[in-house]
Amino acid sequence: METLGIYVPRLVTKRQGFTPGHRACSGCGEALAVKLVMKALGRNVIVVMSTGCMEVISTQLPYTAWEVPWIHTLFENSAIVASGIEAGMKALNRKGTPLPKAKVVAIGGDGATFDIGLGAISGAFERGHDFLYVCLDNEAYMNTGIQRSSATPFGASTTTQPAGKVSMGQSTWKKNMPAIAIAHDIPYVATACPSYPFDLMNKVKKAAEIEGPTYVHILSVCPTGWRIPTDMTIRLGRLAVETGVFPLYEVENGKYTLNYDPPRLRPVEDYLKPQGRFRHLTPKMVKKIQQRVSVEYASLKEKAASG
Amino acid sequence: MKRVGFESSFAIAEAVKMANIDVTSAYPITPQTHIVERIAQLIADGELDANYIPVESEHSAMSGCLGASAVGARTFTATAGQGLELMHEVLYVASSMRLPIVMSVCNRALSSPLSIWGDHSDVMAVRDTGWIQIFAENAQQAFDLTLCAFRIAEDPAVLLPTMVHIDGFHLSHVIESVLLPEVDEVNKFLPKFHPLYALNPSKPLTMGDFATPDLYTEAKKGQDEALRNSMKVILQAWREFGGLFERDYFPVETYRTEDADVLLLTMGSFSEVAMGAIDRLREAGEKVGLVKLRLWRPFPFDEFCQAVAQAKLLIVLDRAISFGGPGPVCSEAKAALYHLEKKPQIIGFIGGLGGRDISVEGFQDMIHRGMDKAEQGKFEEFEIFGVRG
Repeated sequence: METLGIYVPRLVTKRQGFTPGHRACSGCGEALAVKLVMKALGRNVIVVMSTGCMEVISTQLPYTAWEVPWIHTLFENSAIVASGIEAGMKALNRKGTPLPKAKVVAIGGDGATFDIGLGAISGAFERGHDFLYVCLDNEAYMNTGIQRSSATPFGASTTTQPAGKVSMGQSTWKKNMPAIAIAHDIPYVATACPSYPFDLMNKVKKAAEIEGPTYVHILSVCPTGWRIPTDMTIRLGRLAVETGVFPLYEVENGKYTLNYDPPRLRPVEDYLKPQGRFRHLTPKMVKKIQQRVSVEYASLKEKAASG
Repeated sequence: MKRVGFESSFAIAEAVKMANIDVTSAYPITPQTHIVERIAQLIADGELDANYIPVESEHSAMSGCLGASAVGARTFTATAGQGLELMHEVLYVASSMRLPIVMSVCNRALSSPLSIWGDHSDVMAVRDTGWIQIFAENAQQAFDLTLCAFRIAEDPAVLLPTMVHIDGFHLSHVIESVLLPEVDEVNKFLPKFHPLYALNPSKPLTMGDFATPDLYTEAKKGQDEALRNSMKVILQAWREFGGLFERDYFPVETYRTEDADVLLLTMGSFSEVAMGAIDRLREAGEKVGLVKLRLWRPFPFDEFCQAVAQAKLLIVLDRAISFGGPGPVCSEAKAALYHLEKKPQIIGFIGGLGGRDISVEGFQDMIHRGMDKAEQGKFEEFEIFGVRG
């Protein structure tokens, strides 16, 4: 992975589509992700956003944090609203009302993506609309108060599946959303994390340039919901990647590339331990998680090796 | 102008073609399928240049319309019954965001038991969604009112989505004679859609913000005013339509109501059958007439009161049940008349549920039973017409 940190001021535009002054919590990994996504996309975009933290913190009437055309309608329908925009622009352009070129980008949280909006996303991928879907995955319904979603990892304590005397928190494994996207045979699927900003921006740029449906899945650390100090956001994102819990990879027309493959993965305990949502985990459960992560990482490496 | 034999669904598709829509986003449901199939064929044959988004649910059908309309595309969809229910929350967004989508609703009963046949349960469930809602009685009206719907919805003074209701099967699947105008005549009546606001990178704007308690009420007031004020544009559009095509439409229409003591109130295609019953009763010397509610939202209070105030008795047919309460149209009629000093007494019937027919004789019987009930003072009773058990 490139280490371009010292060149940041020269390499990254100062123009922001998503401007400061919004109401996100301090240390919000999601707001950081959106900022980077928008820097990568530039101005020729139309953003469709699902109901969620990012919508609520950025568009309280009569204010807006958006300097690009932006629309929010409901929770579960961003992929299809994006489909409608894409179809509308195509029709208008074809029929003599020329519109400026714009990439349609739908953005939703893990609840909007993994759960309530999955049908609409599947439909839009299957129909082949030219749009980018960005999932901001902070692993629970954070906007409503840390309720579990199907993106919540095994063992995490949430307000609707809390750890207790007879409960260990989330009892199911995180749904593999990128695999679902890949199963639609769309041209580009990638995972990213704002702790690796250049990797994230490159993937978003690449996804936006490809014609057809593309999917970028961004792990967005949530200090509030993960119960970590607000200055730990970047470090937690790195630990998620370095432990293999959230590998950075991309799949172009079915070909897997592992973008960051450390010589030796750190133990998952390094990632789990700083987080309040995992503090009840027993060594046995940590071991179970380690086994699962090792198996999944090995399987991903195999896919990347076979091209 | 030419006369053709057309199923109502095809007549609507023809209106959609003449309106030269840009996008349709639709999901199949009986009895709406003939409309969207026909539109798909018109597109496949190159007769209509539009993008058809074959979505995976009605929720997505309406959501696709939101997106298309938000970039300024002329947008149409059609649904029925359960489909309209699945769209429910999206309907509010369409009207609140002032997106002038036009939709045909082939009125259908709601489950359970499952019924693909017609009634107005679906309409009544979406009464308060902020859409302009118009009822058609026959294929010609289905065609005319669909054209008018685009004109009304897209008027810069309105910008509200509009539903044209046609009774499932009773109208959607009936072949009738329809007069089709020439395209250039239609273009005179229905100019190109020029949105006031649209998503465009050269003029960025934020659509669909959230409002705190400090602003939400004001947003809703503005929306309600827009719907109420749409009445002027609706009347103007229908007047112009009448001038061009010689078919006149009014929010409330009457049939043989001169000097009538007893009036029957109906909506949709059953009005045509009810006219037959009025004819027979008039022939027998009874002073009865028919009032047809064409515009359901915005509710035409003045026109309605004017049409019924002089009668002694108003018999209201509701094709939907409001469980545990009076029929929804009956409630509305009572509320509209309450403040008047001179007003008719009201008897409500529920009937025509889940596709059950009401014949000419049935309407005659209903009118007589209504008169009997009024005589006996049974105003609180709601009879389900023709029900067994």
